[in-house]
Amino acid sequence: MPSDDVLVAGLRAGDEETFACLLNGWSGSMLRLARTFVSTAASAEEVVQDTWLAVFQGIGRFEGRSSLQTWVYRILVNVARRRGTHEQRTVPWTSLLPDEGPTVDPSRFRGAEDPYPGGWRAFPERWPTTENEVLAHEVRATVAAAIEKLPPRQQVVLTLRDIDGQSADDVCVLLGISTANQRVILHRARAAVRGHLERYFTTAGAES
Amino acid sequence: MTCAELVELVTAFLDGALDPETEERFVHHLSICEGCDIYVEQMRRTVAEVGQVGPEGLSGETRDRLLDAFRTFPRD
Ligand SMILES: [Zn+2]
Repeated sequence: MPSDDVLVAGLRAGDEETFACLLNGWSGSMLRLARTFVSTAASAEEVVQDTWLAVFQGIGRFEGRSSLQTWVYRILVNVARRRGTHEQRTVPWTSLLPDEGPTVDPSRFRGAEDPYPGGWRAFPERWPTTENEVLAHEVRATVAAAIEKLPPRQQVVLTLRDIDGQSADDVCVLLGISTANQRVILHRARAAVRGHLERYFTTAGAES
Repeated sequence: MTCAELVELVTAFLDGALDPETEERFVHHLSICEGCDIYVEQMRRTVAEVGQVGPEGLSGETRDRLLDAFRTFPRD
């Protein structure tokens, strides 16, 4: 992705290649983010569409105080909130407590009666590298499926942090959640995806 | 710090968000525990693999409509 200066100049000048690049790069994350505010996939598409229309309109006023992506996503959150209120479906980001409980099955660790309580009963098995193209493809499919199975809030935080590469602070501001809450949600999401990968590597993909 | 405790702190560790004393115990534990070393490595790997996944995009119809709107948007 080109720098913000290039992107902003491109959008202002009506450069189609710039817009297509942004559309391809960000729309998936934007859909996911929209989906936590509105009730259907079709609604989420419209939120993304309305967001881009608002971006065309407002890009002349963009001052670069945040990154372009953060600015666009903030517009999306506003558009989506408005729409979500009509549909009576907003995931209450601020009032939800972080999910509770350990992210690794407690039976993997030794019990209180053991001389080493809380230690691994057996170490996690090492995973093979995925230089092999077929295996790499399967791993990507496993990860994609694992993300789809996450609760919406975890999907969004994981997408913003680990796919879009946004900072923890930006994600907190965007979603209006605390630093601690953001971290718990992200950690649960990563641990869940890791669990899927572990199952994949220790069963189906083990022959390499 | 036990292994069961360490696995819950990995994201805070990777974000550099542990307080200095906890971080020291975390790093010390990692240096002597192969199981946790593997676990942290797998979490890093997970983050990297997630980064490889492109999320699904818009329908072709919405995409075309937006490209069209961009092309015809009035500019001065
Ligand atoms: Zn350990």
